[in-house]
Amino acid sequence: MWTWFHKWGSPKWFYDMSKPWSFWLGLLSIITLSVGVVWGLAFAPSDYQMGNSYRIIFVHVPAAFSAQSIYMGMAVLGIIGFVWKMKMSFMMAKVLAPIGCSLAILAFITGAIWGAPTWGTPWVWDARIISVLVMVLLYFGVIAIHYVIDNQTNADKAAAVLTILGTINIPIIKYSVEWWNTLHQPSSIKLTEKPAMPPEMFIPLFIMIFGFYFFIGYLSLVRGRAELLERERRAGWVKDEIKAQAEKY
Amino acid sequence: MITGMLKREIKLSYRRKADLANPLLFFLMMIVLFPLGVTPNTDKLSVIAPGLVWVAGLLSTLLSLDMMFRDDYEDGSLEQMLLAAAPAEMLVTAKIIAHWLMTGLPLTLVSPFLALSLAMPERAIPALIISLGLGTLTFSLIGSVGAALTVGLRKGGLLLSLLVMPLFIPILIFGASAVTAAATEFPYQAQLAYVGAICLGALAIVPWITTMALKVSVSE
Repeated sequence: MWTWFHKWGSPKWFYDMSKPWSFWLGLLSIITLSVGVVWGLAFAPSDYQMGNSYRIIFVHVPAAFSAQSIYMGMAVLGIIGFVWKMKMSFMMAKVLAPIGCSLAILAFITGAIWGAPTWGTPWVWDARIISVLVMVLLYFGVIAIHYVIDNQTNADKAAAVLTILGTINIPIIKYSVEWWNTLHQPSSIKLTEKPAMPPEMFIPLFIMIFGFYFFIGYLSLVRGRAELLERERRAGWVKDEIKAQAEKY
Repeated sequence: MITGMLKREIKLSYRRKADLANPLLFFLMMIVLFPLGVTPNTDKLSVIAPGLVWVAGLLSTLLSLDMMFRDDYEDGSLEQMLLAAAPAEMLVTAKIIAHWLMTGLPLTLVSPFLALSLAMPERAIPALIISLGLGTLTFSLIGSVGAALTVGLRKGGLLLSLLVMPLFIPILIFGASAVTAAATEFPYQAQLAYVGAICLGALAIVPWITTMALKVSVSE
């Protein structure tokens, strides 16, 4: 188990193994996302208060959920990078940042679309929304670091420092709906308790959440492979790989 | 050791009076701009005064953050500090406190006069001084991480703002709401306690993170 885990830290092994992994994750994400979207949009019952407008939950919740998980994942990768000096883990943190940032923005957009008919306004300055906005700004900071600092190693470490410092915000996002009296509702699904919605609604929601994670896994591996080739462009195995690819076509 | 470092910092910044005056003048000018740009009506101004003073204080601190490590980085003394036998975290803490003494403290001391000029009720003055004093210290603390990360860059100013601004938001929220509560005769101890808690938490964590960030920047 541990040797398997450690192997992902080797660029060559990562490049070889990520290919089948990204294929299966991509396939899984296509299946789960299409099942989830069709089930959620067409077959799940409509809400007795919000009618059909609630159906955007099948995008909004997975997007917000995974944007936070990606942030935490980046912080964990940063800590792994600092403690065990694994440059691959910094690299994955870098490729994850734009994905998490886009998902957080997607959560804002779907939230605005959802809020317009149900709250009567697309935007309010409430604790949940502000704390997610802070996370988006932190994502921008991490991405900006990679653009501004030319030295790859230093940019990786600087981004990791900022990410780790910013994790203070994650529990604030999570508990903002409980600590303050916000317009945003408390979460309807919890890992430890029974969801506050009927199974016809939460099963497609769970499928969508898994679909988002599969898709993120797929996307980060594809982006990671491209990033890896650029970073290791001077390594012998990359040159061999490129030569082999060139001969094929 | 901390006192020695503090003395050095204060002496250095006292000799460069422009850097000392810059954030204060910026603070003053921002406060002047709001009545001219929004409204000179004292009833309306007194409502937004706590927020204005706090936002102006935040931006002036942001302006001064870039110089926290810049000079020492350029003449190489920062590297010597990190290599010194004394724990670098202590020296970094001293530098942060010196930065606050040179920017946040004067700003806090001037703020009551500017707040009164914005027609803020007098009863909110104690809350303003305590919250802004603690708040600017927290800005200096958290901002030092951003300053350390961007010290090696020629044009780090904008990146620095982008990095630390999101982390300033909670302090601004609690600090400004403490002053607003005091102005409207509500209890404000809870908000002040939050500002103090964030300040102490930052004091406990930040010196280590800043030292780590400085080591990354210096290794370039």
